[in-house]
Amino acid sequence: MTTNALTSKSSTSGRAGDKIFSGAALGAGVLILITLFAVAVFLLIQALPTFLADPADISGGAGFFSYIAPIIVGTVVAAAIALLIATPVGLGVALFISHLAPRRIAGPLGYVIDLLAAIPSVIYGAWGYMVLAPALVPGYDWLATNLGFIPIFEGPASQTGKTMLTAGIVLAVMVLPIITSLSREIFLQTPKLHEEAALALGATRWEMITTAVLPFARPGIISATMLGLGRALGETMAVALVLSTGNLIPSLIKSGNQTIAAEIALNFPEAFGLRLAELIAAGLVLFLITLVVNMIARAIIARHKEFSGAN
Amino acid sequence: MAKRIDVNDLNVYYSKFRAVEGVSINIEPKSVTAFIGPSGCGKSTFLRTLNRMHEVIPGGRVEGEVLLDGDDLYGPGVDPVTVRSQIGMVFQRPNPFPTMSIKDNVLAGVKLNGKKISKSDADALVEKSLRGANLWNEVKDRLDKPGSGLSGGQQQRLCIARTIAVKPDVILMDEPCSALDPISTLAIEDLINELKNDYTVVIVTHNMQQAARVSDKTAFFNIAGTGKPGRLIEYNDTAAIFSNPEQKATEDYVSGRFG
Repeated sequence: MTTNALTSKSSTSGRAGDKIFSGAALGAGVLILITLFAVAVFLLIQALPTFLADPADISGGAGFFSYIAPIIVGTVVAAAIALLIATPVGLGVALFISHLAPRRIAGPLGYVIDLLAAIPSVIYGAWGYMVLAPALVPGYDWLATNLGFIPIFEGPASQTGKTMLTAGIVLAVMVLPIITSLSREIFLQTPKLHEEAALALGATRWEMITTAVLPFARPGIISATMLGLGRALGETMAVALVLSTGNLIPSLIKSGNQTIAAEIALNFPEAFGLRLAELIAAGLVLFLITLVVNMIARAIIARHKEFSGAN
Repeated sequence: MAKRIDVNDLNVYYSKFRAVEGVSINIEPKSVTAFIGPSGCGKSTFLRTLNRMHEVIPGGRVEGEVLLDGDDLYGPGVDPVTVRSQIGMVFQRPNPFPTMSIKDNVLAGVKLNGKKISKSDADALVEKSLRGANLWNEVKDRLDKPGSGLSGGQQQRLCIARTIAVKPDVILMDEPCSALDPISTLAIEDLINELKNDYTVVIVTHNMQQAARVSDKTAFFNIAGTGKPGRLIEYNDTAAIFSNPEQKATEDYVSGRFG
């Protein structure tokens, strides 16, 4: 009977580190799932009375759907405005920092952008309310006069400037640093090899960016935008301060409209009973919107897996 | 097509550091010229100055002149973008664009500068370029698949196809086989032999047998020591460099006594 010389006699001592590490990693992963699950369960249970109640008892008196639909639209519109502004600007700034600016400008500029992300949202809200909104009024008047035939610019414009467009712009400023810093990191990771390949073919700097940098960074850009969108969808304070709320209207430059997050924040302190359940149901809807948006983003990234360069 | 290169007293600097000193060399059209020498001797740096690719590295600049059929690459008002579209480059590691299909990789350079190309012309050019790179038969059924799915040797030939698709006058190769297996290396060497019928080819290699196999003329570069600039030691017919070098340093290097 021979013993296998490869069987280790003290197999536990050297493996302890491995076991602790894998246990900790597993624990962290499970914790995330539990948290997410717990939040979902909480929202479902607390929101349940809303779905069981008589439609006439819900705010607005016509059921939950007609209560929530306008503020879903408001939420999506505010986030869309924010992304429409912040994505191109953010990518532009990131490209400037990573590929165009001289090093001594790029460093400090990147640092300043990161600082923007650290400003509390209530500050952005106060700034939007006190500085940005009044400053935008002449612009809104101009839009109402000259482009008023387009429903989204229908006048008369709000004379306080506390409109959906202002809220969208404030959100854009808040989302900008997220998109900028993430995409800058991705742009900097573009392999030198691919950049040189483009340049050696006779590409200008811009063409090098479009042939080598942007395609490589595509999944990262989508992720960055989604994170920004997440913040824009869920942002409470800034919208609550900047937007003069009201019913859903197409015009972005009149008072009106509402977002889910601001609706919850503004009404939560005085809510009880069914009203509280309503607000939590609204939160559940926001949760679902975010989930769907993230799944769409994943699907977009996965569709191009074959061409990601990871193979 | 296939132009000559004349370099007169070229010094290459990275910021203050002089990497290459006083190189003068005449490269004939439709020939293969090999640059050999120990690591760090400046041969790759010098190669990159021939299409202004060294300027990509911050602080890179030259003194002296590089003439392409008499036109100075560094003359006033010369755009490096134009230079690079006429003098193509193949790199040490195969670098097809990972997000593009094989076909799009071949057309990548052609579509630059806002140029439009009809679909039939594009298909013809893709086939011609891939045939020129001896790759057509291997990839003709999967032109829409990503270029990064090919083997290393195939990727390198795809890069050569991409380079010749823009119809350059000169093709520079910076150790094109150093990341490849012997079979793929052989395929590239055969290809280099065919390319010289139409192009001026300059190749940097660490492999002296390769230099002996593919080149008509060979230039030996060396440095006096760390931190000193690289210099062109000897430039002659390949046969002469390997069998009867004039310089002691060249003889020591090609006989394997150092480097």
